[in-house]
Amino acid sequence: MTGTAFLNRKDLIGLLLLGLLIVVVLPLAFDIFRLNLIGKYLTYAFVALGLVLCWGDAGILSLGQGVFFGLGGYCMAMFLKLEASSPEATKIQSTPGIPDFMDWNQITALPLFWRPFHSLTFTLVAIIAVPVLVTFIIGLAMFKRRVGGVYFAIITQAIAAILTILIVGQQGFTGGINGITDLRTLKGWDIRTDHAKYVLYFINASLLLGSIVLCQYVRHTKLGRILVAMREREDRVRFSGYDVANFKIFVFCFAAALAAVGGAMFTLQVGFMSPSFVGIVPSVELVIYCAVGGRLSLLGAVYGTLLVNAAKTMFSEDFPQLWLFAMGALFIGVVLAFPDGLAGIYQSYVEPHVERLLALLPGRSGPGMAAAAPASRPE
Amino acid sequence: MTSRDHRTQLHSATRRKLLIGMAAVPTAALLSRVARAAGPATAAVNTTGLAVTDDTVTVGILHSVTGTMAISETGSVEAEKLAIDQINKSGGVLGRQIKFIQEDGASDWPTFAEKARKLLVNDKVASVFGCWTSASRKAVLPVFEQYDGILYYPTFYEGLEQSKNVFYEGQEATQQIIAGLNWIVKEKGAKSFYLLGSDYIWPRTSNKIARKHIENFLKLQVVGEEYFPLGSTEFNSVINKIKLKKPDVIYAIIVGGSNVAFYKQLRAAGIDLVNKQNLLTISVTEDEILGIGGENIVGAYAAMKYFQSLDNPTNKAFVKAFKDMWGQKSVIGDVTQAAYEGPWLWKLAVEKAGSFDTDKVIAASPGIELNAPEGTVRIHENHHLWSKTRIGRARADGQYDVIYETAELVEPNPFPKGYQ
Repeated sequence: MTGTAFLNRKDLIGLLLLGLLIVVVLPLAFDIFRLNLIGKYLTYAFVALGLVLCWGDAGILSLGQGVFFGLGGYCMAMFLKLEASSPEATKIQSTPGIPDFMDWNQITALPLFWRPFHSLTFTLVAIIAVPVLVTFIIGLAMFKRRVGGVYFAIITQAIAAILTILIVGQQGFTGGINGITDLRTLKGWDIRTDHAKYVLYFINASLLLGSIVLCQYVRHTKLGRILVAMREREDRVRFSGYDVANFKIFVFCFAAALAAVGGAMFTLQVGFMSPSFVGIVPSVELVIYCAVGGRLSLLGAVYGTLLVNAAKTMFSEDFPQLWLFAMGALFIGVVLAFPDGLAGIYQSYVEPHVERLLALLPGRSGPGMAAAAPASRPE
Repeated sequence: MTSRDHRTQLHSATRRKLLIGMAAVPTAALLSRVARAAGPATAAVNTTGLAVTDDTVTVGILHSVTGTMAISETGSVEAEKLAIDQINKSGGVLGRQIKFIQEDGASDWPTFAEKARKLLVNDKVASVFGCWTSASRKAVLPVFEQYDGILYYPTFYEGLEQSKNVFYEGQEATQQIIAGLNWIVKEKGAKSFYLLGSDYIWPRTSNKIARKHIENFLKLQVVGEEYFPLGSTEFNSVINKIKLKKPDVIYAIIVGGSNVAFYKQLRAAGIDLVNKQNLLTISVTEDEILGIGGENIVGAYAAMKYFQSLDNPTNKAFVKAFKDMWGQKSVIGDVTQAAYEGPWLWKLAVEKAGSFDTDKVIAASPGIELNAPEGTVRIHENHHLWSKTRIGRARADGQYDVIYETAELVEPNPFPKGYQ
């Protein structure tokens, strides 16, 4: 079979439908303001995808994905902020040419670790490399010592808390609680115009679709199956001669890299980055998106993220005082009634009909993307 | 009619309206019916497609009503709604009743940006009253500049900002700090200061200004300066240091829930604010005392522009109207009063400009005077307000006794030379 063998027909149809929705239907149905919001939601979907692999497949629950989303976002924001802080644009400061918040904090020269972010190439590499390096170190420290389960989740929360305190406390270097704001251009291209927002939306959408394919590929390989095996019977995998820790480190890094791409796209579309994405609360919220969508389904996670955020925006616009209760009800309702989330609903109620329809067509249908572990499939 | 005449007339009209208060509302409403019929044509007063019809104009209210900031921002929402209600009952703006769309910033800065964009792009509101923390203002600022909206921002803040699209109703740092320090040096003979603050931009910048003023201008001494993370509740170690260094003045800029722990621990440590230790704060309004408990902070001095106990007819009418609308137990702090000024300042600017167009309203704003509950304020060219600074002393019942006010309006100076 060809290189896309890991995508069977049902996966392809699912992916095409999602692609159709986010690339064609949504841009036609909404104005740029709403579309920009949807673009923002889709950046969270990157994190949810990572969680499907990390938590759904490998059983490693990370409650600190906001950290990696934030690191990616901050790397992007640092580049954009430097570009917005040209000496001409910051004439009124005591020290022109450095970001405004540094000037307020009596910093008179650009700190060393900011300097490489003048380069776009370095920034693009750093967006992935910084979070991956951080996860690699955390993973090495945790998984090699066989820390797992609840302990791991607690430690990821602690890391989220530490990073927030660090960012808020070192406001001269990071912008503190205000975050890095007032980002204007990317290599001279104004990212605040409607046109730029359209372009960024489509870049974001394509990256997301690409990430889904990549995740599906990982799930389909032997590696993906080892991840699932690890979740079910870690000891057996270890006794079979695999170094479980290495696989865990890999999937944790992979999820972090995805989250970081989401964070960078977030900064570009929203125009700023702040520590409110790094802390414990947003990290848990990201896990909820994944849970609502179904933690075993890539497409489910994307739909879940879209649904929860759309509901959040709608409720909060219509009931500014009460919307949090509505959100709480939604979460409790979904988890109680449908423990497998949206994907679970789809599998129990919709999929049988789809199967029947597909059976009428020539060719075989294999296991869906929504399935936890792709079973062996005749080549 | 020259614009000068126009302004004076509007000014006195506002003063009258505020003075007569709620009791005279029916009369005002009657008068207004005439005014409404005579309102200028929509096409003439709105050339940029804002949400203005023949008899309504839509504005936005953007504060956190959920999350950690809700407790602080609710007062501002209430004050803005009260002002809008009063303006409507007295005839509206350019013969149009004000409708408002309220959005929740949810104590989350990106949400503020999202909602600001919604108000300006989707709802096309003529102006927005909102934000509280500096972080939320920084988040929405690019949005307002990009879509050319107007934001009325009620909170006292650190300065270092001046945007064409924002009017700052609160005092910037120098207004609040310098008068307060001068007063305590003159009246209490203070020689040494201990600076405390929560760890974010406003306390840090304010203490920077305070330190420069103390050391360079007053030639006195700062014996300590410390910061605590937002939400910190552990102050015993710094209280011990204070006991050791015995500063004449504790200068505290602690915000939010930390205040409760700080003042309780101060009292528990036996520091007597009534008779022995001077404490000057710029961050505790009547709203915060509700949480701290009057008995814990009694005797402390606060420097700000408004206290609920201010004794003038406009303030009395305002306090009464506020309590009638939002309950007798309501407390009005500095920011709440500033928020109340927003819709009135906007109304005056719109009527002076004779248009809802953002550019014309902004151009008309400098020089506008309002007889607010705090007394007369005037919009400066730099979009901040000339206002008096007052010193209050906390009472056990949660109110302040106003013991000093500057003779003149203090000029706002968001980029103070010699203080950076």
